[in-house]
Amino acid sequence: MTAGDEASANAGAPVAPLIHASGLRKQFGDFVAVDGIDFDVQPGEAFGFLGPNGAGKSSTMRMIGCTSPTSGGTLQLFGLDPAKDGPAIRRRLGVVPQMDSLDNELTVEENLVIYGRYFDLSRAEARRRAKDLLDFVQLTDRATSRVEPLSGGMKRRVTIARSLINQPDLLLLDEPTTGLDPQARHILWDRLYRLKQQGVTLVLTTHYMDEAEQLCDRLVVMDAGKIVAQGSPRQLIDEHATREVLELRFRAGSNAENEQYAAGVGDRHEVLPDRILVYAHNGDEALAKAIANGAQPESALVRRSTLEDVFLRLTGRTLVE
Amino acid sequence: MTILDPASAPVRAPRASAGFPLLRILPPVVRISRRPHRMVERQLMCYRRTWPILLSGFFEPLFYLLSIRVGLSKLVGTISVDGHVLSYAEFVAPAMMAASAMNGAVYDSTMNVFHKLKYARVYDAVLATPMTVGDVALGEIVWALIRGLLYSTAFLVTMAVLGLTSSWWILASVPICVLIGFAFAAVGMACTSYMRGWTDFEWVATVTMPLFLFSATFYPLASYGRWGWVVQLSPLYHGVALVRAANAGVVSWGIVGHVAFLLTMAFAGLWVVSRRLQFLLLK
Repeated sequence: MTAGDEASANAGAPVAPLIHASGLRKQFGDFVAVDGIDFDVQPGEAFGFLGPNGAGKSSTMRMIGCTSPTSGGTLQLFGLDPAKDGPAIRRRLGVVPQMDSLDNELTVEENLVIYGRYFDLSRAEARRRAKDLLDFVQLTDRATSRVEPLSGGMKRRVTIARSLINQPDLLLLDEPTTGLDPQARHILWDRLYRLKQQGVTLVLTTHYMDEAEQLCDRLVVMDAGKIVAQGSPRQLIDEHATREVLELRFRAGSNAENEQYAAGVGDRHEVLPDRILVYAHNGDEALAKAIANGAQPESALVRRSTLEDVFLRLTGRTLVE
Repeated sequence: MTILDPASAPVRAPRASAGFPLLRILPPVVRISRRPHRMVERQLMCYRRTWPILLSGFFEPLFYLLSIRVGLSKLVGTISVDGHVLSYAEFVAPAMMAASAMNGAVYDSTMNVFHKLKYARVYDAVLATPMTVGDVALGEIVWALIRGLLYSTAFLVTMAVLGLTSSWWILASVPICVLIGFAFAAVGMACTSYMRGWTDFEWVATVTMPLFLFSATFYPLASYGRWGWVVQLSPLYHGVALVRAANAGVVSWGIVGHVAFLLTMAFAGLWVVSRRLQFLLLK
């Protein structure tokens, strides 16, 4: 495919996917990390991989980033084959890896400039973009600082700025906010949301359901190397969870004996180590019924259901263990 | 930031080696390397603030050569090699120069590369760009050569100032030392790619120390008697022989053999490095 083809495709016919994967596999020795997954990512979309640690998200991301050869199946980016056109594809990608891989021997600004040079930008252009991007991630005042002493949130922002130096068409973010405090997460989400508005396609992995809900137009839920569900966050919740969830907490270690009070008050219930979840269209009604049954919870909370509930429903496990 | 930008349409890089079958001695990933100079540029950026450290390049030879001239040379007096009579300091100085080229290259390609590979993870970030494993391998080796060039020039200047040079041919010792550096950097990096932790680096000294002592560095090959052939297996021996020939201004066919030995070592190292880096970095 050439750029011209993409232009004519945009004019009327359905847009060709930016990423196309079918039967995609990744194997390390005997261990199957990614077990035949299919997905397409459209231009301008924010697409997420949601799943616990070890689900195969990072392996998938590394294959998309053309730094890990596929073990089987088809993978195409911009209509190109990573095995043959790695450098040409990577030229159009921005990558934010799970662990910050900033160059500790260089300053914040130098990190961005040399990265631009890897993409063949002229020195002047690399410096100009570095300046703009540091402004974008609100780190202009740290431009000449070494990377080492920066906080986790700041390093993450530098990494994101660095990933944008080549003005990528597709930005890959592997667990962008893991390990950050809530304030730093919100700053990052805000920046990512702005990028999305500018038309950058985002592909991210996360094991935070709120992150997936905030950022993703569409996502797949992964477990043990497979895709177990896909859709928009709303669709997934509607399909696999109820409108509301009632969380009941009992005295420690007494969940089993209190399960009887929760049974039947909603559509279904789930006993977790620390609490009992009741899935119901109306949580308050379910709570009233449970109390009428004789339940004496130490605390009760009614909330809207989330992707966490979807994940629990699909895999029988919680996301963050 | 749009996928419709025709400038961002993929362009396949032309295969530079197509018309030059000789380049087939280079590993495939190195043959398609297009941006090794960017790796060098990164190093220059790092050294921009720490360049005074390069001055240390003058001290090492100065101390080496002074210790020999002041002490050993007085004890040993003159030495006769292949019919030439020269002072002991003149005999040892070229060997020290070759050894220092080896040490510099080994240090750079083992400790420094291991740190960047395993801890700083510099290359992981580099490979997320259009840069390739060949660019990394070649760039790091070229950098080791540039450093070698600076250090051996410093060595040569020190030698000249101390009056230990005996021929204009000694100028050839600089490219010779770059070749020594190439051979040891390539093999050093290849070994580094197999190292699991810092304790494995004990082996580096275990190898370089005997090379330093027994490569006809401190006494001529003839003194090794019937064990001379073992000495000739040492890559440093060939480096020492070349620098010594340059200092004496003696041109002989033996030079071809020494150069061939070092070149073979360099290219063998380059093959292993390319394969191993691909294995380690592109899992």
